[in-house]
Amino acid sequence: MSEVLQLLLSGLSQGCVYGLIALGFVMVYKATEMLNFAQGELMMVGAFVAFTVINLMGLPFVFGVPLTLVAMVAFGMGLERGVLRPMIGEPPFAVLMLTIGLGFVLRAVAGAIWGNEPRTLDVPFAGDVVNLGRIVLGVENLVVIAGTAVLCIALWLFFRYSRIGVAMQAASQNQLAAYYSGVPVKRITSLVWGISAAISATAGMLVAPIALIDPNMGLVGIKAFAAAIVGGFGSLPGAIVGGLVIGVAEQFAGRYLPAGAGEVSAFAILLIMLFVRPEGIFASLQQKKV
Amino acid sequence: MPLLTLRNIETYYGPIMAIRGVSLAVEADSIVTILGANGAGKTTVLKTICGAMDPQKGFVTFAGDDITGTDPDRAARKGIGHVPEGREVFPFLTVEENLGVGAYTRPRVDLSADLEMVYSYFPALAEQRRLPAGFLSGGQQQMLAIGRALMARPRLMLLDEPSLGLAPRLVAEIAGIVERLNREQGVAILLVEQNARMALDVASYGYVMEVGRIVMEDTCERLKAATDIQEFYLGMKDQGVRGRRRWKQRKTWR
Repeated sequence: MSEVLQLLLSGLSQGCVYGLIALGFVMVYKATEMLNFAQGELMMVGAFVAFTVINLMGLPFVFGVPLTLVAMVAFGMGLERGVLRPMIGEPPFAVLMLTIGLGFVLRAVAGAIWGNEPRTLDVPFAGDVVNLGRIVLGVENLVVIAGTAVLCIALWLFFRYSRIGVAMQAASQNQLAAYYSGVPVKRITSLVWGISAAISATAGMLVAPIALIDPNMGLVGIKAFAAAIVGGFGSLPGAIVGGLVIGVAEQFAGRYLPAGAGEVSAFAILLIMLFVRPEGIFASLQQKKV
Repeated sequence: MPLLTLRNIETYYGPIMAIRGVSLAVEADSIVTILGANGAGKTTVLKTICGAMDPQKGFVTFAGDDITGTDPDRAARKGIGHVPEGREVFPFLTVEENLGVGAYTRPRVDLSADLEMVYSYFPALAEQRRLPAGFLSGGQQQMLAIGRALMARPRLMLLDEPSLGLAPRLVAEIAGIVERLNREQGVAILLVEQNARMALDVASYGYVMEVGRIVMEDTCERLKAATDIQEFYLGMKDQGVRGRRRWKQRKTWR
């Protein structure tokens, strides 16, 4: 029983990380119809920025986190402005290749700056555990889950009630009509990239105490992509749910199935999902208008 | 000086010349219409005015400013409310949120008076204000699109085929509302229509477009009386006994 709970907890916390990256994917996709395969690398860059701010510059954790988020919003907006915007109107395939290439570049640059050996992020709660009877829960895992929940609520409030959040939804549902209504769609798109980079950076900071930071940590982006499809591409809650499904399945498959099953379980679920319910768990109702 | 002036606009879709030198003017507080068949370039003219398309040549002046080739959101900020063709609403936002986006150019303003104004013109929207716009009927979506443009308090509204695909009774209702908006809110209106009868009744001045050019312009009274307009756009034919008139003009028997 306690083993199942432990697996569930670590699965959920891993799933939150997938879910957050998937959230970044889906946000960018909904706003621009671009698939950003460098989303995992944005998480890696975010983790390294946090490492720089907290470990190397010695800022306290509570200041380092917001500073990292601000830096990553700026980084994401800069990427959109400098790299992606010139690609507007190019074939989607070209944009896709560009983002894959961007991922490689970010990995190489991060390796050049911070080195290729794994690092750890200094967090105040490292290694703490909570004992509930015979069940031992790692605080890091709980922090991942709580952090994801807080971020999701904040995002929901933002999209539901803020003027810019509603304008973002409008721009993603009908770009031209948003333009005609006076919404500066280009600036809004930049901001979407900024927010999606900050979400990925949050994932990076949350996972850093559990996994180590290294330039290749962004490769989990592929699993996050699977999570986004399982959840129903184009649905923000679906991205999180898809991430949780894959995270939990991975833990249980790793424990109870033959060796290696954990690694492939994300893709096995993706395949099954595509056979059974290709539109995903939360099928987005929007039909493509041509 | 007119509120909106177009001078010798030429607009291309890639290599295809869609607008071949169009000049027109809209006076403040007036209703002006552009008539024309499919593909005449009416929608392209509107897109060129609001900046969704950039003209290769020519100038667009609005309220004394040159707005040629500006971005659509800038044009909206200046007071041009564009209601595009085909009921372009935000389907997953509620009616009220749609209207809120319409007022995006006016931040930190209490919108309740504006919402009441829109609901007074379109009472059907008030009943559905919490409903996602995608659930509305076609006519209601068209009304929502017009109401959303109104929320920005525009000085000029560009209406692109507001009657498209609506039942005759709704067409009459929309026509009445267009007239009232012009009279009560002081909004100048540039109305693009295929429904020439409705457009000529509502507007005071009209332009007729054919393949990218303006081929005729006059007050709507005189346009209504012109035989070409009657024949091609209003479907009236002055057929004598057994259509004698057409027999005479017939050039071949094939």
